[in-house]
Amino acid sequence: MNAQETTTVRCAGSIETDHPLAETLDGRSDIFAMTEQAHDAALTPVDPGGLTHAERAALACRMARLNAEDDLAHHFEGLLTSANPTDTAMHIADPKYDGGSDTRLTALIRYTDLVTRDTKSVVAADISALTDTGVSEDDIVRLSELVAFVNYQARVVRGLRLLAGAS
Amino acid sequence: MSNVIHDFTTTVPFWEPRVTPINLNDATDEQLDALKVTPSNTKVSEYVLVLARDAETLRERTPLFNAIMYNRGGLSRAERELSATGASVVNRCVYCAAVHSSRYNMLAKNETVMERIFADGAEAELDPRQNAILQFAMKLSQTPPEVTQDDMTVLRDAGLADDEILDLILSASLFGWANRLMHTLGDPIEKSD
Repeated sequence: MNAQETTTVRCAGSIETDHPLAETLDGRSDIFAMTEQAHDAALTPVDPGGLTHAERAALACRMARLNAEDDLAHHFEGLLTSANPTDTAMHIADPKYDGGSDTRLTALIRYTDLVTRDTKSVVAADISALTDTGVSEDDIVRLSELVAFVNYQARVVRGLRLLAGAS
Repeated sequence: MSNVIHDFTTTVPFWEPRVTPINLNDATDEQLDALKVTPSNTKVSEYVLVLARDAETLRERTPLFNAIMYNRGGLSRAERELSATGASVVNRCVYCAAVHSSRYNMLAKNETVMERIFADGAEAELDPRQNAILQFAMKLSQTPPEVTQDDMTVLRDAGLADDEILDLILSASLFGWANRLMHTLGDPIEKSD
Protein backbone atom coordinates (compact mmCIF):
# COMPACT_ATOMS: atom_id res chain seq x y z
CA MET A 1 0.00 0.00 0.00
CA ASN A 2 1.23 3.44 -1.04
CA ALA A 3 1.67 5.81 1.95
CA GLN A 4 -0.50 8.46 0.24
CA GLU A 5 -3.46 6.08 0.11
CA THR A 6 -3.58 5.49 3.86
CA THR A 7 -6.09 7.13 6.19
CA THR A 8 -3.28 8.67 8.22
CA VAL A 9 -1.63 10.50 5.33
CA ARG A 10 -4.96 11.47 3.73
CA CYS A 11 -6.12 13.07 6.98
CA ALA A 12 -2.88 15.06 7.22
CA GLY A 13 -3.84 17.15 4.17
CA SER A 14 -2.69 17.12 0.60
CA ILE A 15 0.66 15.39 0.40
CA GLU A 16 0.63 14.57 -3.33
CA THR A 17 3.16 12.30 -5.02
CA ASP A 18 5.09 15.37 -6.26
CA HIS A 19 5.24 16.92 -2.76
CA PRO A 20 8.82 17.24 -1.44
CA LEU A 21 7.81 14.99 1.47
CA ALA A 22 6.39 12.17 -0.70
CA GLU A 23 9.70 10.35 -1.09
CA THR A 24 10.36 10.52 2.66
CA LEU A 25 6.92 8.99 3.32
CA ASP A 26 7.61 6.24 0.79
CA GLY A 27 10.71 5.36 2.81
CA ARG A 28 8.37 4.45 5.66
CA SER A 29 5.53 3.02 3.56
CA ASP A 30 5.67 -0.21 5.60
CA ILE A 31 4.82 1.76 8.73
CA PHE A 32 1.88 3.55 7.10
CA ALA A 33 0.55 0.23 5.76
CA MET A 34 0.84 -1.40 9.19
CA THR A 35 -0.84 1.63 10.76
CA GLU A 36 -3.77 1.13 8.37
CA GLN A 37 -3.99 -2.54 9.38
CA ALA A 38 -3.96 -1.56 13.06
CA HIS A 39 -6.70 0.98 12.30
CA ASP A 40 -8.86 -1.78 10.81
CA ALA A 41 -8.15 -4.13 13.74
CA ALA A 42 -9.18 -1.47 16.28
CA LEU A 43 -12.12 0.06 14.38
CA THR A 44 -13.65 -2.78 12.37
CA PRO A 45 -12.41 -6.07 13.89
CA VAL A 46 -13.81 -9.39 12.68
CA ASP A 47 -14.68 -10.15 16.33
CA PRO A 48 -15.81 -6.85 17.88
CA GLY A 49 -16.64 -8.51 21.24
CA GLY A 50 -18.81 -6.24 23.39
CA LEU A 51 -17.89 -3.05 21.53
CA THR A 52 -19.81 -2.66 18.28
CA HIS A 53 -18.26 -1.16 15.16
CA ALA A 54 -20.58 1.83 15.56
CA GLU A 55 -19.53 2.40 19.19
CA ARG A 56 -15.86 2.12 18.19
CA ALA A 57 -16.25 4.63 15.35
CA ALA A 58 -18.18 7.01 17.61
CA LEU A 59 -15.59 6.83 20.40
CA ALA A 60 -12.80 7.31 17.82
CA CYS A 61 -14.58 10.38 16.41
CA ARG A 62 -14.93 11.76 19.94
CA MET A 63 -11.20 11.22 20.61
CA ALA A 64 -10.20 12.86 17.32
CA ARG A 65 -12.29 15.86 18.40
CA LEU A 66 -10.64 15.92 21.84
CA ASN A 67 -7.32 16.01 19.95
CA ALA A 68 -8.62 18.85 17.71
CA GLU A 69 -8.11 16.74 14.55
CA ASP A 70 -11.05 17.69 12.33
CA ASP A 71 -10.16 15.66 9.24
CA LEU A 72 -9.58 12.54 11.30
CA ALA A 73 -12.87 13.15 13.18
CA HIS A 74 -14.60 13.46 9.81
CA HIS A 75 -13.09 10.14 8.71
CA PHE A 76 -14.42 8.37 11.82
CA GLU A 77 -17.80 10.07 11.33
CA GLY A 78 -17.92 8.38 7.91
CA LEU A 79 -17.18 5.00 9.50
CA LEU A 80 -19.89 5.69 12.07
CA THR A 81 -22.63 6.48 9.55
CA SER A 82 -21.74 3.40 7.49
CA ALA A 83 -22.06 1.16 10.58
CA ASN A 84 -25.85 1.63 10.92
CA PRO A 85 -25.53 3.43 14.25
CA THR A 86 -28.27 3.74 16.86
CA ASP A 87 -29.17 7.27 17.98
CA THR A 88 -27.21 6.64 21.17
CA ALA A 89 -24.08 5.64 19.22
CA MET A 90 -24.36 8.88 17.23
CA HIS A 91 -24.41 10.86 20.50
CA ILE A 92 -21.15 9.26 21.70
CA ALA A 93 -19.21 11.14 19.03
CA ASP A 94 -20.14 14.43 20.71
CA PRO A 95 -17.59 15.21 23.47
CA LYS A 96 -20.34 16.99 25.44
CA TYR A 97 -22.44 13.80 25.74
CA ASP A 98 -21.68 11.86 28.94
CA GLY A 99 -23.75 8.73 28.40
CA GLY A 100 -26.82 9.90 30.31
CA SER A 101 -28.54 7.22 32.42
CA ASP A 102 -26.82 4.27 30.68
CA THR A 103 -24.26 3.17 33.30
CA ARG A 104 -22.20 0.98 30.93
CA LEU A 105 -22.00 3.71 28.31
CA THR A 106 -21.22 6.37 30.92
CA ALA A 107 -18.32 4.22 32.19
CA LEU A 108 -16.97 3.61 28.65
CA ILE A 109 -17.12 7.32 27.80
CA ARG A 110 -15.61 8.42 31.11
CA TYR A 111 -12.68 6.01 30.65
CA THR A 112 -12.14 7.00 27.02
CA ASP A 113 -12.04 10.71 27.89
CA LEU A 114 -9.79 10.22 30.91
CA VAL A 115 -7.21 8.05 29.11
CA THR A 116 -7.25 10.39 26.10
CA ARG A 117 -6.90 13.66 28.00
CA ASP A 118 -5.08 12.77 31.20
CA THR A 119 -3.32 9.40 30.89
CA LYS A 120 -1.03 10.10 33.83
CA SER A 121 -3.98 10.31 36.27
CA VAL A 122 -5.39 6.84 35.53
CA VAL A 123 -5.42 4.58 38.63
CA ALA A 124 -6.51 0.99 39.37
CA ALA A 125 -9.96 2.21 40.50
CA ASP A 126 -10.63 3.47 36.95
CA ILE A 127 -10.33 -0.11 35.69
CA SER A 128 -12.58 -1.41 38.51
CA ALA A 129 -15.14 1.25 37.56
CA LEU A 130 -15.45 -0.49 34.18
CA THR A 131 -15.75 -4.02 35.58
CA ASP A 132 -18.31 -2.75 38.13
CA THR A 133 -20.69 -1.86 35.30
CA GLY A 134 -20.27 -5.28 33.70
CA VAL A 135 -17.55 -4.52 31.12
CA SER A 136 -15.61 -7.78 30.62
CA GLU A 137 -11.82 -7.97 30.87
CA ASP A 138 -11.64 -8.73 27.13
CA ASP A 139 -13.64 -5.58 26.41
CA ILE A 140 -11.43 -3.50 28.73
CA VAL A 141 -8.42 -4.49 26.61
CA ARG A 142 -10.37 -3.89 23.38
CA LEU A 143 -11.38 -0.42 24.58
CA SER A 144 -7.83 0.31 25.74
CA GLU A 145 -6.36 -0.63 22.35
CA LEU A 146 -8.95 1.50 20.55
CA VAL A 147 -8.20 4.52 22.76
CA ALA A 148 -4.45 3.99 22.50
CA PHE A 149 -4.50 3.52 18.72
CA VAL A 150 -6.61 6.60 17.96
CA ASN A 151 -4.40 8.76 20.18
CA TYR A 152 -1.37 7.45 18.26
CA GLN A 153 -2.98 8.11 14.89
CA ALA A 154 -4.12 11.63 15.84
CA ARG A 155 -0.52 12.51 16.74
CA VAL A 156 0.96 11.09 13.54
CA VAL A 157 -1.60 13.09 11.56
CA ARG A 158 -0.79 16.30 13.46
CA GLY A 159 2.96 15.83 13.04
CA LEU A 160 2.68 15.02 9.33
CA ARG A 161 0.55 18.07 8.61
CA LEU A 162 3.15 20.31 10.25
CA LEU A 163 6.03 18.56 8.50
CA ALA A 164 4.27 18.86 5.11
CA GLY A 165 3.67 22.55 5.76
CA ALA A 166 7.36 23.07 6.45
CA SER A 167 8.71 21.11 3.46
CA MET B 1 0.29 -2.64 46.36
CA SER B 2 2.55 -0.63 48.68
CA ASN B 3 5.57 -1.18 46.45
CA VAL B 4 4.15 0.59 43.37
CA ILE B 5 6.84 2.86 41.93
CA HIS B 6 5.84 6.48 41.32
CA ASP B 7 9.23 8.08 40.63
CA PHE B 8 11.04 7.81 37.30
CA THR B 9 13.93 5.37 37.26
CA THR B 10 16.25 3.75 34.72
CA THR B 11 15.91 0.41 36.55
CA VAL B 12 13.18 -1.55 34.75
CA PRO B 13 10.53 -2.57 37.33
CA PHE B 14 8.16 -5.52 37.33
CA TRP B 15 4.77 -4.90 35.77
CA GLU B 16 1.78 -6.10 37.76
CA PRO B 17 -1.38 -6.40 35.64
CA ARG B 18 -4.72 -4.91 36.71
CA VAL B 19 -6.49 -7.09 34.13
CA THR B 20 -6.02 -10.88 34.27
CA PRO B 21 -3.51 -12.15 31.67
CA ILE B 22 -4.75 -15.03 29.52
CA ASN B 23 -3.48 -18.49 30.39
CA LEU B 24 -1.19 -19.62 27.58
CA ASN B 25 -2.59 -23.16 27.84
CA ASP B 26 -6.10 -21.87 27.11
CA ALA B 27 -5.06 -19.57 24.25
CA THR B 28 -7.05 -19.76 21.00
CA ASP B 29 -5.26 -20.30 17.68
CA GLU B 30 -5.75 -16.61 16.91
CA GLN B 31 -4.17 -15.61 20.23
CA LEU B 32 -1.25 -17.99 19.70
CA ASP B 33 -0.74 -16.50 16.24
CA ALA B 34 -0.71 -12.95 17.66
CA LEU B 35 1.68 -13.98 20.46
CA LYS B 36 4.08 -15.65 18.02
CA VAL B 37 5.17 -12.38 16.45
CA THR B 38 6.49 -10.98 19.73
CA PRO B 39 10.30 -10.68 19.97
CA SER B 40 10.56 -13.61 22.37
CA ASN B 41 8.21 -16.56 22.14
CA THR B 42 9.93 -18.68 24.76
CA LYS B 43 8.80 -16.49 27.66
CA VAL B 44 5.73 -14.36 26.98
CA SER B 45 5.41 -11.37 29.33
CA GLU B 46 2.29 -10.83 31.42
CA TYR B 47 1.78 -7.55 29.57
CA VAL B 48 1.54 -9.31 26.21
CA LEU B 49 -0.70 -11.99 27.77
CA VAL B 50 -3.07 -9.19 28.84
CA LEU B 51 -3.00 -7.66 25.35
CA ALA B 52 -3.78 -11.10 23.87
CA ARG B 53 -7.38 -10.48 25.01
CA ASP B 54 -7.55 -8.36 21.82
CA ALA B 55 -5.60 -10.66 19.50
CA GLU B 56 -6.54 -8.83 16.29
CA THR B 57 -4.93 -5.58 17.43
CA LEU B 58 -1.95 -7.25 19.13
CA ARG B 59 -1.06 -9.03 15.89
CA GLU B 60 -0.75 -5.67 14.07
CA ARG B 61 0.81 -3.74 16.96
CA THR B 62 3.97 -5.78 17.52
CA PRO B 63 5.53 -5.54 14.01
CA LEU B 64 4.49 -1.87 13.79
CA PHE B 65 6.18 -1.14 17.11
CA ASN B 66 9.38 -2.84 15.97
CA ALA B 67 9.39 -1.02 12.61
CA ILE B 68 9.01 2.41 14.22
CA MET B 69 11.70 1.84 16.84
CA TYR B 70 14.23 -0.26 14.90
CA ASN B 71 13.88 0.41 11.13
CA ARG B 72 17.07 1.31 9.29
CA GLY B 73 17.91 4.90 8.38
CA GLY B 74 16.33 8.12 9.60
CA LEU B 75 16.53 9.15 13.24
CA SER B 76 19.20 7.35 15.30
CA ARG B 77 18.10 4.54 17.63
CA ALA B 78 19.16 6.60 20.67
CA GLU B 79 17.15 9.63 19.56
CA ARG B 80 14.03 7.48 19.03
CA GLU B 81 14.47 6.30 22.65
CA LEU B 82 14.76 9.96 23.74
CA SER B 83 11.49 10.71 21.93
CA ALA B 84 9.81 7.66 23.53
CA THR B 85 10.99 8.75 26.97
CA GLY B 86 9.71 12.32 26.44
CA ALA B 87 6.21 10.98 25.72
CA SER B 88 6.39 8.57 28.66
CA VAL B 89 7.34 11.42 31.03
CA VAL B 90 4.26 13.44 29.96
CA ASN B 91 1.98 10.43 30.45
CA ARG B 92 3.88 9.46 33.63
CA CYS B 93 4.32 5.90 32.41
CA VAL B 94 7.08 4.91 34.85
CA TYR B 95 7.51 1.48 33.25
CA CYS B 96 7.90 2.72 29.64
CA ALA B 97 10.16 5.55 30.82
CA ALA B 98 12.41 3.02 32.58
CA VAL B 99 12.67 0.71 29.56
CA HIS B 100 13.37 3.48 27.06
CA SER B 101 15.62 5.68 29.21
CA SER B 102 17.79 2.66 30.01
CA ARG B 103 17.98 1.81 26.30
CA TYR B 104 18.95 5.41 25.57
CA ASN B 105 21.71 5.25 28.17
CA MET B 106 23.03 2.04 26.64
CA LEU B 107 22.96 3.36 23.06
CA ALA B 108 24.22 6.89 23.82
CA LYS B 109 26.65 5.76 26.54
CA ASN B 110 25.57 8.79 28.55
CA GLU B 111 23.43 8.88 31.71
CA THR B 112 23.34 12.65 32.20
CA VAL B 113 20.58 13.34 29.67
CA MET B 114 18.07 11.03 31.37
CA GLU B 115 19.07 12.18 34.87
CA ARG B 116 18.29 15.74 33.83
CA ILE B 117 14.98 14.84 32.14
CA PHE B 118 13.82 12.86 35.19
CA ALA B 119 14.78 15.73 37.49
CA ASP B 120 13.56 18.73 35.44
CA GLY B 121 11.20 17.40 32.73
CA ALA B 122 10.74 19.89 29.88
CA GLU B 123 13.13 22.32 31.61
CA ALA B 124 16.05 19.86 31.48
CA GLU B 125 19.28 21.48 30.33
CA LEU B 126 20.26 19.64 27.15
CA ASP B 127 22.16 20.40 23.95
CA PRO B 128 20.07 22.15 21.26
CA ARG B 129 19.38 18.99 19.23
CA GLN B 130 18.41 16.85 22.25
CA ASN B 131 16.30 19.73 23.56
CA ALA B 132 14.47 20.16 20.24
CA ILE B 133 13.65 16.43 20.17
CA LEU B 134 12.49 16.35 23.80
CA GLN B 135 10.35 19.49 23.47
CA PHE B 136 8.67 18.20 20.33
CA ALA B 137 7.94 14.77 21.84
CA MET B 138 6.53 16.31 25.03
CA LYS B 139 4.35 18.87 23.21
CA LEU B 140 3.02 16.25 20.78
CA SER B 141 2.04 14.12 23.79
CA GLN B 142 -0.37 16.71 25.22
CA THR B 143 -4.11 16.46 24.44
CA PRO B 144 -4.73 18.20 22.15
CA PRO B 145 -1.13 18.20 20.91
CA GLU B 146 0.62 21.54 21.45
CA VAL B 147 3.06 21.43 18.53
CA THR B 148 3.01 24.27 15.97
CA GLN B 149 4.80 25.20 12.78
CA ASP B 150 7.40 27.01 14.95
CA ASP B 151 8.45 23.65 16.41
CA MET B 152 9.32 22.49 12.88
CA THR B 153 11.63 25.47 12.52
CA VAL B 154 13.29 24.63 15.84
CA LEU B 155 13.84 21.01 14.69
CA ARG B 156 15.27 22.17 11.35
CA ASP B 157 17.54 24.72 13.04
CA ALA B 158 18.78 21.95 15.34
CA GLY B 159 19.86 20.03 12.22
CA LEU B 160 17.08 17.45 11.80
CA ALA B 161 16.30 16.40 8.21
CA ASP B 162 12.77 15.46 7.04
CA ASP B 163 13.32 11.72 7.41
CA GLU B 164 14.54 12.25 10.97
CA ILE B 165 11.57 14.46 11.86
CA LEU B 166 9.23 11.80 10.44
CA ASP B 167 10.80 9.16 12.72
CA LEU B 168 10.53 11.57 15.64
CA ILE B 169 6.80 12.06 14.96
CA LEU B 170 6.29 8.29 14.66
CA SER B 171 8.23 7.34 17.80
CA ALA B 172 6.65 10.03 20.01
CA SER B 173 3.17 9.14 18.69
CA LEU B 174 3.82 5.43 19.24
CA PHE B 175 4.22 6.14 22.94
CA GLY B 176 0.90 7.95 22.90
CA TRP B 177 -0.27 4.39 22.19
CA ALA B 178 2.08 2.31 24.39
CA ASN B 179 1.74 4.55 27.48
CA ARG B 180 -2.07 4.35 27.21
CA LEU B 181 -1.82 0.56 27.63
CA MET B 182 1.14 0.10 29.96
CA HIS B 183 0.23 2.86 32.43
CA THR B 184 -3.46 1.98 32.56
CA LEU B 185 -3.59 -1.84 32.51
CA GLY B 186 -0.99 -2.43 35.23
CA ASP B 187 1.37 -1.03 37.85
CA PRO B 188 5.18 -0.77 37.90
CA ILE B 189 6.34 -2.49 41.08
CA GLU B 190 9.70 -2.96 42.75
CA LYS B 191 11.59 -6.13 41.99
CA SER B 192 11.74 -8.17 45.18
CA ASP B 193 15.05 -9.93 44.63
